[in-house]
Amino acid sequence: MKSIVRCEINGEEHEVLADGRDTLLELLRERARLTGTKEGCSNGNCGSCTVLLEGAPVNACLVLAMEADGAQITTIEGVAANGALDAVQNAMIEHGGTQCGFCTPGIVLSAKALLARSSRPDTDEIRAAIAGNLCRCTGYDKIVAAVQAAAQAMEKGP
Amino acid sequence: MRELHYESPTTVHEAVRALGRGDARALAGGTDLIVQLREGRRSAACVVDLKRIPELTAITQDADGSFRIGGAASFTQIAAHSKLATAYPGIAESGRLVGSHQIQNRAGLGGNICNAAPSADAVPIVICLSASAEIAGAHGRRTVAVEDLFAGPGQTRLAADEVLTSIRVPPVRPRSAGRYLRFTPRREMDIAVAGSGTWFCLGADGTIADARIVLASVAPVPLRAKAAEQSLIGKAPTPNVFTEAGRLAAREARPISDTRGSTEYRRELVAVLTKRALEACAHDLRIRMDGP
Repeated sequence: MKSIVRCEINGEEHEVLADGRDTLLELLRERARLTGTKEGCSNGNCGSCTVLLEGAPVNACLVLAMEADGAQITTIEGVAANGALDAVQNAMIEHGGTQCGFCTPGIVLSAKALLARSSRPDTDEIRAAIAGNLCRCTGYDKIVAAVQAAAQAMEKGP
Repeated sequence: MRELHYESPTTVHEAVRALGRGDARALAGGTDLIVQLREGRRSAACVVDLKRIPELTAITQDADGSFRIGGAASFTQIAAHSKLATAYPGIAESGRLVGSHQIQNRAGLGGNICNAAPSADAVPIVICLSASAEIAGAHGRRTVAVEDLFAGPGQTRLAADEVLTSIRVPPVRPRSAGRYLRFTPRREMDIAVAGSGTWFCLGADGTIADARIVLASVAPVPLRAKAAEQSLIGKAPTPNVFTEAGRLAAREARPISDTRGSTEYRRELVAVLTKRALEACAHDLRIRMDGP
């Protein structure tokens, strides 16, 4: 059964027709055509599909599209402002916190949610915050360093 | 996956009615249910989302000091409730073991109970704390001990048209502490090979007056180790007493061998985890543990 889902994605109102079985991930990628959010495992283990739902990171593959009715969602496409990358994105590039890039959108959003609640996270907090985001290319050291650098850059201000 | 109809009632009454139409399942965080429906491990024509019912997402404290955790409140909400976290640190801590932040932002205690996985990390501690499940159905409301809700792996004793509205945790007993520990090969994002929740309460003479030990992943349901509990009663809390309780709990465990661990390994884990969880409780109560 299909019905209309109305939600705000990256500050823009969207009205899409969704099936009862659709996940938020399918709504984002196939209806809203925002393919920055990646599909990895589709069962909540890998975190590639992490988006912010009302500011909190969630796996878009574990949320039904219908559940997102009335919600505010931030995807990776909504992170850069007016074409300028944000502090986490810049730090990920500077520190080489990305290889193939598939896990990167999810990691950036998990890191942004962490920095919104904790301005000076230690490495344990950072590792816990990205524990639900698997990177299969390499380790996490450079990602952790990037998140720390982003925290410092945000404290100094633009 | 079959066609799926989605309902989002705003009252418990409407939720019970929607479930009563049949072939429906209650949806709390959805982190288990959505995967199970997609993979064909559970089947439903309708999901009834509980998260738009204010009573089900609230966490409140009653005048007597007991807490009521809404059946659809997330683990993140539970951990952020400072009065609950102060009274019962073991509840917030157990919730923090379930999956990642992404999972904890959706999943909660009610779903962890109703999904009825023997490995559910948040369940042993609430059974240790004598929590009860408040249930609403077509014929009114009833209250059951959380301990008595489980029928087998993935199966509860809730009727198809009943909703777990809240988990009621009684007021903190003076001089008591409860903790849950589990073993996983990976620190994060893993399922317990075995887990042990322990709770005890000291009497006026400093000996253990009451105790509960609840094991995860070693039986078809969360398992109370009653002989181990009994062994603690009337004893002073010492390392030897805790070791003996761990040994008895390992005997009471009924683990299977599977990809996560063998029967023998799981029993050994129960002995160690039970002892350590009891020691963590003693630490909370500022009892020194340096003697035999």
